[in-house]
Amino acid sequence: MIIAFIQRAILLGIPLLYGSTGEIVTEKSGHLNLGIPGVMYVGGISGVTGAFLYENACGNNIENMNPFLAIMIPLLASILGSMLMGLIYSFLTVTLRANQNVTGLALTTFGIGIGNFFGGSLIKLVDSEMPSIILTKTSDFYSKTLPFADNLGWFGEIFLSYEFLTYMAIAIALIVSFVLNRTRIGLNLRAVGENPATADAAGINVTRYKYVATCIGSAIAGLGGLQYVMVYTDGVWSNDAFGDRGWLAIALVIFALWKPTVAIFGSFLFGALCNAHNYINGLGVATQELFKMLPYAVTIIVLIITSMRKKREHQPPEHLGLPYFREER
Amino acid sequence: MSNAVKKHHEPLIHITKRDDMIWWKAWLIRLAAVLLGLLVVGVISVLLTKGNFFETYSIMLRGAFGRLGSGSTRLLWKFLLETALLLCLSLALTPAFKMKFWNCGAEGQALIGGLAAAIVMMKLGDKLPYWVVILLIFAAGILAGAVWGIVPALFKAQYKTNETLFTLMMNYIAMQLVAYYAYVNAVPAGSGQIQSIANGHLPVIGGQPYLLTILLALILTGVMLVYLKYSKHGYEISVVGESQNTARYIGINVKKVIIRTMMISGALCGLAGCLMVAGIDHSVNPDTVGGLGFTAIMVAWLGQLNPLIIVLMSGLIVFLESGAAKVADTFYLNGSYADIVAGIVILFVVGCEFFIRYSIKFRHKEGKA
Repeated sequence: MIIAFIQRAILLGIPLLYGSTGEIVTEKSGHLNLGIPGVMYVGGISGVTGAFLYENACGNNIENMNPFLAIMIPLLASILGSMLMGLIYSFLTVTLRANQNVTGLALTTFGIGIGNFFGGSLIKLVDSEMPSIILTKTSDFYSKTLPFADNLGWFGEIFLSYEFLTYMAIAIALIVSFVLNRTRIGLNLRAVGENPATADAAGINVTRYKYVATCIGSAIAGLGGLQYVMVYTDGVWSNDAFGDRGWLAIALVIFALWKPTVAIFGSFLFGALCNAHNYINGLGVATQELFKMLPYAVTIIVLIITSMRKKREHQPPEHLGLPYFREER
Repeated sequence: MSNAVKKHHEPLIHITKRDDMIWWKAWLIRLAAVLLGLLVVGVISVLLTKGNFFETYSIMLRGAFGRLGSGSTRLLWKFLLETALLLCLSLALTPAFKMKFWNCGAEGQALIGGLAAAIVMMKLGDKLPYWVVILLIFAAGILAGAVWGIVPALFKAQYKTNETLFTLMMNYIAMQLVAYYAYVNAVPAGSGQIQSIANGHLPVIGGQPYLLTILLALILTGVMLVYLKYSKHGYEISVVGESQNTARYIGINVKKVIIRTMMISGALCGLAGCLMVAGIDHSVNPDTVGGLGFTAIMVAWLGQLNPLIIVLMSGLIVFLESGAAKVADTFYLNGSYADIVAGIVILFVVGCEFFIRYSIKFRHKEGKA
């Protein structure tokens, strides 16, 4: 039971980890992308569309499907779709210097709309009884786990029993953490987010860094949507099922104090908090609703404590949310 | 490259800040952005539906306002009601935004106000005289909204806690509280939903159930216009928004202004929540506000934080949403088509501000190629 709880928590946490790793990359460039919930929807539906087209092209027969293509097509579609969203966001906020909060929220409306619209249209195409698209064949390829995990007892079940997208999320978080803290590119990116004017004076191409960080961040976040559809729900897309996870991912960024490594454990904790109500005996339905508040309440507490302690390395990037115009100093 | 003489490189496009543009020019640009957005929407619609380009727009108009000359005013009232509710929330956000306090919590502040109203309706509705109940509904809703606004403001004033994220999180706390309340007090029990509360409905004016909300929204527009433009509070808000140091220098108590303004902002959201629960739905659930609180953030910003323009923008957004919903309905598209339409037009309007604030100069052509 404990093992099942941990597994579930990790599975639930991974979309949040993708979302928040992506958002951390974006925020390090000084851009608060509130469009992440929309981006994650688009990432999910792009992957679903890719998988749908490929399954149809193979005549819906798993024999004809090439495992490599079955994984790569949805993956690339997802990355492409969410990068496009990132491009819209960065064009508006970097080049046109639009207000980031408003652009982000509009992008969320737009992205969730796109997700549900294409989801709904695909559902109509297959004419299924249920209001969902079922892509079990593609999902099968995504849910391949390590063959020897089952033989290793509890250790295997807790650490080795996951799909590759899970390990990829952790790997991406570690890589992002390394790049941010140990490389010149990361240093430059942080400089752009802390003080773009100084970075500009030091010869860093501020605009390029902001664009690239936002687009890569969106691509990473979009994978969270893909993981949710392909692994968590076993290839079933239903409209609005992804819910408010995008906002939780943004909450996780604060919780993790803008550190991807902390976000890894934070995402497991959030996954556990989201799921705790299912594992505590004797909770009424009503009390369960109160328990669902936990991740948000914990985030608020962390937000308050970090702002009270005012430790420099725990603060958001200095120029987060502010536009940069070179000639306006 | 070992080029000793560095060539002077002049970028192709040069962007400079504009002086204030004449108002009608700025409005032409905004109008052009809206039209351009609608054009894109039209093209997408034609691609999706294989329908007639112009027909799409006429369907949108019909969906938002009803068929001309049909005598039915149902859709028109619905349009006015939705505009009024969106307007209330956007106006509530305006003073906070003017102070550069990014209150993203209208959804939660309205919801908690609605919850307070629902509690009064259910628990006291049949025990006290009608008018006392109505007064209590408003008092409770406004108070609850104000509390939801003050909490992030206190921490912002004291510790500079990031208010965007704080208010965002508060939305979900409010939603879960409402979900909890709805389960505990479900009618019929166990359904997890409150069907309809019998007592404490707001009075109906002139036989039109929506008229009260619409009138209140109009009054609020006037009050907010005067408050922001001609009152001492309004002046303090704009100084704090421009520069907190200046505000301190001229003797404004910045903390007090932040907390007071957020109290007002939250209270007005709470009022909107009261109107939704006691005036229209007569019930409460986590979806009562239905994302209107988030839309209001965009509307307040698109409306330049000017109450009169906000009225226009609320109308525009509601028109887009309901018109697009009708298009989706007519051509059997998914209902989320409306969100895409609204999203596209908003992105165009947000983007067009650039051309109002900055001017683009191209590189002068040099003599040689």
